[in-house]
Amino acid sequence: MTGASIVAVSFLYLLLLFAVAYFGDKRADAGRSIIANPTIYALSLAVYCTTWTYYGSVGRAASSGLGFVPIFLGPTLVVALWWFVMLKMLRIGKANRITSIADFIASRYGKSHLLGGLVTVIAVLGVIPYIALQLKAVSNSFTILASYPAVVMPAKAGNAPWLADTTLYIALIMAAFTILFGTRHLDATERHEGLVAAVAFESLVKLVIFLAVGAYVTFGIFDGFGDIFTRAAAQPELRALMTMGAGGNSHGSWFALTLLSMLAVMMLPRQFQVAVVENVNEMHLRRAIWLFPLYLLLINIFVLPIALGGLMRFSGQGVDADTFVLTLPMAYGHAWLALLVFIGGLSAATGMVIVETIALSTMVCNDLVMPLLLRWGGRVLHGREDLSGLLLGIRRGAIIVILLLGYLYFRLAGEAHALVSIGLISFAAVAQFAPALLGGMYWRGGTRPGALAGLCGGFAVWVYTLLLPSFAKSGWMPADFLQSGLFGLALLRPQELFGVAGLDPIAHSLFWSLLVNIGAYVCVSLQRRPNAVEAQQANLFVDVFKQGRQPGVLWRGSARVGDLLRLTGRFIGRERARRAFAEYARQQGVASVEALPADAGLVLFVETTLAGAIGSASARAMVASVVEEEPLGLDEVLNILDEASQVRAYSRRLEQKSRELEAASRELRDANERLKELDRLKDDFMSSVTHELRTPLTSIRAFSEMLLDDPKTDLEDRKRFLGIIVSETERLTRLVNQVLDMAKIESGHAEWHSDEVSLAEVVEQAAASTSQLFKDKGVALELRLPGSIPVLLADRDRLMQVMLNLLSNAVKFVAPGDGRVSVSLVAAPDGLRVDVCDNGPGLTPEEQGIVFEKFRQGGNTMTDKPQGTGLGLPISRQIIEHYGGRLWVDSAAGAGATFSFLLPYGNSAEGAGLAG
Amino acid sequence: MIKAALTAQRLVAVFVLGLVLVNYPILSAFDVPAAYFGIPVVYLYVFGVWAAVIALMAWIIER
Repeated sequence: MTGASIVAVSFLYLLLLFAVAYFGDKRADAGRSIIANPTIYALSLAVYCTTWTYYGSVGRAASSGLGFVPIFLGPTLVVALWWFVMLKMLRIGKANRITSIADFIASRYGKSHLLGGLVTVIAVLGVIPYIALQLKAVSNSFTILASYPAVVMPAKAGNAPWLADTTLYIALIMAAFTILFGTRHLDATERHEGLVAAVAFESLVKLVIFLAVGAYVTFGIFDGFGDIFTRAAAQPELRALMTMGAGGNSHGSWFALTLLSMLAVMMLPRQFQVAVVENVNEMHLRRAIWLFPLYLLLINIFVLPIALGGLMRFSGQGVDADTFVLTLPMAYGHAWLALLVFIGGLSAATGMVIVETIALSTMVCNDLVMPLLLRWGGRVLHGREDLSGLLLGIRRGAIIVILLLGYLYFRLAGEAHALVSIGLISFAAVAQFAPALLGGMYWRGGTRPGALAGLCGGFAVWVYTLLLPSFAKSGWMPADFLQSGLFGLALLRPQELFGVAGLDPIAHSLFWSLLVNIGAYVCVSLQRRPNAVEAQQANLFVDVFKQGRQPGVLWRGSARVGDLLRLTGRFIGRERARRAFAEYARQQGVASVEALPADAGLVLFVETTLAGAIGSASARAMVASVVEEEPLGLDEVLNILDEASQVRAYSRRLEQKSRELEAASRELRDANERLKELDRLKDDFMSSVTHELRTPLTSIRAFSEMLLDDPKTDLEDRKRFLGIIVSETERLTRLVNQVLDMAKIESGHAEWHSDEVSLAEVVEQAAASTSQLFKDKGVALELRLPGSIPVLLADRDRLMQVMLNLLSNAVKFVAPGDGRVSVSLVAAPDGLRVDVCDNGPGLTPEEQGIVFEKFRQGGNTMTDKPQGTGLGLPISRQIIEHYGGRLWVDSAAGAGATFSFLLPYGNSAEGAGLAG
Repeated sequence: MIKAALTAQRLVAVFVLGLVLVNYPILSAFDVPAAYFGIPVVYLYVFGVWAAVIALMAWIIER
């Protein structure tokens, strides 16, 4: 395979990438973003997997077995905390228009230029080895692939003359590509939709290709996972890789790497860029929390098989394990697969380089160069009305410089280390941001000097314990520096600082640098109270979830709208500034831009708009140059914040009180409704009772008067009248008894005797007592009783009352002659159930609802003579419900009715035998 | 809001659980020279915990 054809394919791939980015930008301009979905967000987070993962994991696995895993376990675990931490970062980032991690930290500690610059320097110096790693991987894989079909390791890069070194050209091509991608125009929000689309696409490409190679090695060359591992286990030196202790893995370094990668996945400038700055919608975080770790798991599944397969295939041939992914397909003659692997590696490298350098160039421009220009470069800024071109120029320059620095590191130190070791140096550098950043999000007491001291201390320790040793190992510094320490002092040995031995270099450096970093951050912060601007920013960051949209209170001064508009126009272009102001005016409900009041709100708006373009620290400085600001003292700021929090507390208490009041008044209203209802029921009851009493009384009185007035009534009539009087009196007695009964049951004063009752006996007795009624009317009564049923603990007479009532009701409503009533008793799972079924006229649904109400009777009470008291069913229901049961009716008009009740076993005598 | 807070706390619990399971000393209990289906136990364990943590997070978030 010739170099030229590889280059051609690579350019075709980069072109495709560019098309994806172009498409993404077009869709974003059209307002139909393709990246506004959680899967794309998760894929863009996978920019975490660079050539380090792609080639280097296999290399590390070949020397230390599971040693590559912590780098991915850390992120997998830490994303579980993102629901708290990353959500807060996103919210802070959006509220303050944060454009980079340097901006974030500088903004938190009072928009400090010094801090922003320091973070930028650390980020650039720390990430350069990482970029060198990408260059090394691409250049090596290119050289190896070009010599196909032979598998030859590339010569040492340092030997080639500078201008003949392919790596240099790769660096320059990547720089050009990044410039095309990331700095075509200046965006006030610093977001790049097309770029994110391309990065997500690249994540997909590298994953699919890596899985393809892994599957080929595992199932094509070998016979599945078990086969590879069994064969490797047969070789003693490979069997060592199947334990935790392989290749200097210790539990300490395992934990250190997990912690390190947890911090790195949040602090790396490119991760901050895709996770916070490019985030479209914070709800995307939800799915990313499990999709991103899933990606990490998938891309690592085949690492061990490839590593062990490569070790067995190339045993003793001097093939670098970092290249197994590429050299295995080559050794088995699969040129196309090898080419695909190269493209996948290129994909992993370009994704990382593009996002990383864009993030770094934004930081260099906003937090390093702009502040310097503002301070000393008055001449450069003065003559120009539109500065957006200058900003773009600075960024493009920064991209080229960063990539060339990466190349320089590769030439100087890159050859002495495996891919993973280089990457870990960068991880340890960016981990230094964690105390200032995370501390700043949760601790109000952190101050600018504290953050500066922590960062400086941690960074210095990192340089001394990791960066300088990496130079020393590559022969660029005297090697005895490692052995004898600085000034020949053994205590200062860079990798055994103060005699702490037994840790691997990364864990050692991480321990000391974080110790110094956190210690300095906390101790220096505690030297004094936060000053006014620190307290204000701490409030904005720590309480980001509690804030309303009123952050502009902490400003006092005077400004002119024209000045602010001109200032904004200089940085983001006049037309865009005008549009932004018009939009702001519309939101404020002001007719035109000119009519805007130049108040604290407008100044804040200008500052956040500018922060998107030039960073918060520079934005503050620029705004301060056109407005006359009266500095607020610390006491004033604290007073305002105090007042605000007091007001918040008051309003919270008020809210709570009013909620309690509402609840209380709702309860009162309900109680009142209930009382009214009861009152109405009582009135109804009284009028019903009087009405019911009057009917028999009227007829008794009428017949008595007849007898009194007419002594000559003949005996027949006399007998008849007296019979009516007697039966009406009986009715009256029954009615009075039942009213009393009802009242007793309802008020809970009724007496309940408790005996063991066999319901079957009750049914039989009731049937016997009413048999005369049935006979008189010519109605057939059928009993269906089971052989044996459990006894219940209940009041026999009451149950009898219920049965009698149901039976007499049934016989009352069936037609004489052909009426049929059947009673069945069954032992249901949850109780004893009695059904009284008749073939009478049945009940309409409305009637079914009212028959259980007092004094409501079946049949038409207006035309028919009432046949009962209207209290039988309500009393029966009360009785059944007293025992926790139910009484109900199933019926359809014209098809008979079934009155049923269910008595639960809960009342049955414990341990009582079966009765029958 | 209450549901979101509960989800967050469950995720923290998963974090702690995962951290404990894939570190010393529990990890060392699985560091034995044995294999299932030819795959070394420690490989199976680490990748198994890894997959389980992801499944747990997906379940907590998506249910």
